[in-house]
Amino acid sequence: MTDKQAFSPAPDYLVQVSHLKQYFPISTGFLQTTMLKAVDDVTFNIRKGETLGLVGESGCGKTTVGRTMLYLYNPTAGEIWFDGRKIGDKESLKEYRRRAQMVFQDPYSSLNPRMTVADIVAEPIDVHHLCENKKAREERVHELMRLVGLNTEHATRYAHEFSGGQRQRIGIARALASKPEFIVCDEPVSALDVSIQAQVINMLEDLQNQFGLTYLFIAHDISVVKHISNRIAVMYLGHMMELASSNELTHHPVHPYTISLMSAVPIPDPQESRKQKRIVLEGDVPSPLKMPSGCPFRTRCSRATKECAQSCPAMREVSPNHFVACHHV
Amino acid sequence: MSMLEVKDLHTSFFTPSGEVKAVNGLSFQLDKGKVLGIVGESGSGKSVTAYSILQILTNPGRIVSGSIKLHGEELVGKSDEEMRKIRGNKISIIFQDPMTSLNPTFTIGNQLREAIILHTDRNKKQAEERAIEMLKLVGISEPEKRIHQYAYELSGGMRQRVMIAMALACEPDILIADEPTTALDVTIQAQILELMLSLQKELGMSIIMITHDMGVIAQICDEVIVMYAGGVCERGTADAIFYHPMHEYTRGLMRSIPDMSDDEKTRLVPITGTPIDLLHVPPGCPFAPRCDRAMKICLKEKPKEYWVGRDHLSACWMNIKNGACYEERPEEGTVEVEDHD
Repeated sequence: MTDKQAFSPAPDYLVQVSHLKQYFPISTGFLQTTMLKAVDDVTFNIRKGETLGLVGESGCGKTTVGRTMLYLYNPTAGEIWFDGRKIGDKESLKEYRRRAQMVFQDPYSSLNPRMTVADIVAEPIDVHHLCENKKAREERVHELMRLVGLNTEHATRYAHEFSGGQRQRIGIARALASKPEFIVCDEPVSALDVSIQAQVINMLEDLQNQFGLTYLFIAHDISVVKHISNRIAVMYLGHMMELASSNELTHHPVHPYTISLMSAVPIPDPQESRKQKRIVLEGDVPSPLKMPSGCPFRTRCSRATKECAQSCPAMREVSPNHFVACHHV
Repeated sequence: MSMLEVKDLHTSFFTPSGEVKAVNGLSFQLDKGKVLGIVGESGSGKSVTAYSILQILTNPGRIVSGSIKLHGEELVGKSDEEMRKIRGNKISIIFQDPMTSLNPTFTIGNQLREAIILHTDRNKKQAEERAIEMLKLVGISEPEKRIHQYAYELSGGMRQRVMIAMALACEPDILIADEPTTALDVTIQAQILELMLSLQKELGMSIIMITHDMGVIAQICDEVIVMYAGGVCERGTADAIFYHPMHEYTRGLMRSIPDMSDDEKTRLVPITGTPIDLLHVPPGCPFAPRCDRAMKICLKEKPKEYWVGRDHLSACWMNIKNGACYEERPEEGTVEVEDHD
């Protein structure tokens, strides 16, 4: 992915992120601050109607990418283009916030306990003045609730009266209220039981087909991400390591980190599981405050050499549409 | 004789709105050196089973009836003082969240020593040596330095290793692991599971692995119990459960998990509906309201467990109706009954 590609808004890309950086100042002592580089130089594009999966371990910056993309944080550096337009000024943001929405991980803390379901779902409608009168608003709320499989009679209830799966449906209905084109799904099924997880995944797929939605699907469960995504990006310590189609990435990973990550995914099949060769990584993820020089993965990588400590590898295309950031691939 | 024998265990929580039967007539045996997996969704009673064995249930929960025998010795009805000698010594537990289960105000060494001094006749210095030895065993680098650190100074994976070290310090016969890797990343999960298996072989203990993750079960368990609404749906060897599931709930669980090797991305088949409300348990099979193949009898009467293979039991009316089950444990060499579908 070259700069040129990222900067010329191409019509079939809905979202383009180029050299995105998100640093947070952390106080490390009296009058001392260190920059926590949550996201460091990440570039990728998402096509219209596509689902891009974003995987990585906790603390790798995947959630921050999602939030920064929606301008919930002001990016430290880098650009975000949406539908051929650069996002940043007030005018573009207002429109962007209607057309891009988010589904949060925790269905318990992401819904206001003092609001009824109808008010929660209608909030984007109210903010963007999408309905002319009360009747239209109510009709729209009922339509949205039916869309996500909720009983419209429950519109006047409060969030605590619902189960985890139903709450996540409320969160999805709210995200759909402003008729968005792009939705960031931040671990939308992680807090749910397996049987409920499958219901929500199927619903997300149906909604995508029905409305031509584009998803950024963030999760740590690789089998779920593989199932729902067209392409998958792997992150580690704020850097993007590998990006390829979901089948290619899960069957032929080339980055040493992705290889070990894929080998560690538990397979729900005892015989396959016994055969599985797990590459157990030594040690823990380094603290993002004390980033290793060069390639962030080199401290745990079996192939690390001097070169890895000296320079951070850039993303390059090793086979068609398969991008990797590693010196040894 | 089995190491641990649980018979017809009933554990309930007496809440203001009524009795919640969290564990409803559970029986199982655990043999020496075996890894038993208990799998189920939230509210299926798997954690409450573990807490019942150790009798660490919090108010308003208590064991209503049943028996829990360790080496033939009855545990139900023992006093707190007697139980304290068993906990951590004979049966240990590791919890899901390693952060909240370590005390933030004491050093790691202090907490490790406490268990050792309490259960053995080692003095403070010997206990410290043992603590260092245990930390080494679970693969923590520089254990001499680590014992002076606090929980917040360690990463999630390290904390879980400390928990394991603490649980194993007195060489228990049984280790109960209550979702030990749920809070951890997959690469760390692989480390911890591998460590648990190697320690299990080295020390010859038995493990009860409680999890909702079928992948974890497949990786480390010899035997599996599938729980739903406080009771057993199906039990058997891991291979029997995974390759010949004989209960609609187990089949539903398998169908709900995305398959990594499936490149066509076949649509998932979820289990419809939501888990039952334990305050209002229906009279029949607890899974019947969500079961696609439910019959009239399923809603009326609870099915008993019947043998469907030499090491495989299932509680489903469908098997009984199809004659696909045995009343007695079948002879060795009997083939697994096939599903009549």
